[in-house]
Amino acid sequence: MSPSQARPQFESWGRFPKLFAEVRPLFWKEDFPASIAAGTKILAVGMGRSYGDVCLLQHGTLLTTPNLDRLISFDSGTGLLRCEAGVTLAEILDFAVPRGWFLPVSPGTKYVTVGGAIANDIHGKNHHVAGTFGLHIPRFELVRSDGTLVVCSPTENPEWYAATIGGMGLTGLISWAELQLRPIVSRRIRYRSTKFVGLDEFLALSQASAHKEYAVAWIDCVAQGRNFARGIFMQGEHDENPGPLTPLAKPKLTLPVDLPEFALSRFSVGAFNTLYYHKQMAKDRTGLTDYEPFFYPLDFVLQWNRMYGKQGLLQFQCVLPWESGTMGMTQLLEAITASRLGSFLAVLKVFGDAVSPGVMSFPVPGITLALDFPVRREVSFDLLDRLAGITADFGGRMYPAKDACMSPAHFQQFYPQWEQWAAYIDPAFSSSFWQRVTGRA
Amino acid sequence: MPDRDPLFPSRVLVLGATSSIAIATLRRLAAPNRHFMLVARNGDRLTAVAQDLLTRGALAVDTWIMDLDDTTAHPEMLASAAERLGRIDLALIAHGVLGDQHAAEADFEVAAAILHTNFISAVSLLTWLGNYFQAQRGGTLAVISSVAGDRGRKSNYVYGASKGALNVFLEGLRNRIDRDGVHVLTIKPGFVATPMTAHVPHNALFASPDQIAQGILKAIHRRRDVAYLPWFWFWIMLLVRSIPNRFFKKMNM
Repeated sequence: MSPSQARPQFESWGRFPKLFAEVRPLFWKEDFPASIAAGTKILAVGMGRSYGDVCLLQHGTLLTTPNLDRLISFDSGTGLLRCEAGVTLAEILDFAVPRGWFLPVSPGTKYVTVGGAIANDIHGKNHHVAGTFGLHIPRFELVRSDGTLVVCSPTENPEWYAATIGGMGLTGLISWAELQLRPIVSRRIRYRSTKFVGLDEFLALSQASAHKEYAVAWIDCVAQGRNFARGIFMQGEHDENPGPLTPLAKPKLTLPVDLPEFALSRFSVGAFNTLYYHKQMAKDRTGLTDYEPFFYPLDFVLQWNRMYGKQGLLQFQCVLPWESGTMGMTQLLEAITASRLGSFLAVLKVFGDAVSPGVMSFPVPGITLALDFPVRREVSFDLLDRLAGITADFGGRMYPAKDACMSPAHFQQFYPQWEQWAAYIDPAFSSSFWQRVTGRA
Repeated sequence: MPDRDPLFPSRVLVLGATSSIAIATLRRLAAPNRHFMLVARNGDRLTAVAQDLLTRGALAVDTWIMDLDDTTAHPEMLASAAERLGRIDLALIAHGVLGDQHAAEADFEVAAAILHTNFISAVSLLTWLGNYFQAQRGGTLAVISSVAGDRGRKSNYVYGASKGALNVFLEGLRNRIDRDGVHVLTIKPGFVATPMTAHVPHNALFASPDQIAQGILKAIHRRRDVAYLPWFWFWIMLLVRSIPNRFFKKMNM
């Protein structure tokens, strides 16, 4: 009855590229670095929800952290939570919401660990007011492969603090962190969704709602002509009227099989987008909703990435600075629309001015676009290369956590500080992303 | 009956409190009415578990650092637990080792050490606790055994024998003290993703510690005698037990 001896494979959320590594779960902080053989290349990974290869290491050892899931302390007066770095945002919400506290920053999925959220310095629908996740992490501990413990904060070891936030997990193992939660009086979100056509209308809506806590737009990357760049702009705020804090039991659906490649043809995507756009009849709609569907609509279907079939999917996310105006974004959208590879999930959002403490952090003020593509041999890669080129031309940058094919030249142009920052990388740590974009070990 | 109370068990003793299944069970129990006494060998780990439970809202957490192999120290620790908790509603015995089967085949001392940890030390705890619960006329004694105790297999029969012996002991103890209102629960998990199994690749039969914890709490509330966890192991082991030895001895499992 011994389980099969097949070599374990760890996949990122995009399921591309397919790489092999030994997977070693960490159960206690002291499991690292004591149990690691000298000379082994390693990388600590959480839930593997980044899309490309920042959480992969070909022929190395992946130390998985989700068993480092213990809470350490919580101050119910200030909302400061200290926990081990493998605790997921879902676990924090389960703990904090009934006590009247909420995450300071929520990405599109709650199934990510605190360590992963720091390493990729994630952002959410409130970036324009709250900045990145790292801005809400007053302290954390970094464990280096030589056993050194480095407690990091803006005042203690500030250079390590800055190198590790957004440091793609390469500076060592994040073992615990402090997270500043924000108070809420209800699970409910007061939202408003507005249809728009064109980037100018999107920007006008963004400006008009700049004071709202959450704002994001879904954009149709298939429609052409007079419907070009149509979408739905969603904004929301925590309801200030006291309401329910305890969760409603909900079943979770799991996509049990990989869908065949043809399931995502441009016809089905086009039809979905048209339906989605017209689902909302009125130009403007307002209401109250639970925070779960507002923040994590896709978490309702666990493993939705299987929709893209065995080959997986490619994500693209870039930010273009304000200086490039809407011209760069128009060119990106035109290239995507013309390629007919557009996806269901294209998201447009304005990044605010809050500066992350992270040296390698992705967000800069401007407009960010995120969407995914099926892996279709050369076509998808050609398109992504073209999008990277437009991004570079307009002085923007791409997001490593969502990338599987950025060229070394582009990475080094997007993050000119990379070489200086690399001094903070733990000598035992690496990732396939890092090897790909720098050619280093 | 206090056992049907949704707040039951409010005073909980856990032996081997840093095992993954114990942690998952404790976490599900962490609530403002609960007082825990946790026993384990590693002080740092024990502190981490205690902090986690207190942060999640447990009323109080007492800890006791000891190696449960040291059976002579059991009575002192158990008496202290009974005193600190005031009464014991639930005692969960969760410590154990998988051991090295190959080493145990070659060296009796290795085999004896596995039997000591998994069986003899549990017998020592159960003797004291069985009498305590009998005098208390109530409470639940939940013991983590294994499906491996249902049949001896060449890949882990020393471990299997320790758990098989434990199953028989618990069956007899239940027969003796059930009539005094004491609930004796034999928990038989299948494959669980814990440090004990971290060295083998995980297949679809593997359950998470939290799934097992959920099953343990359900079995406690339903006063089950034996719980296979997850449930499908009952059917798998029914099949495995039904294979005649003349075939079984030729199989590779």
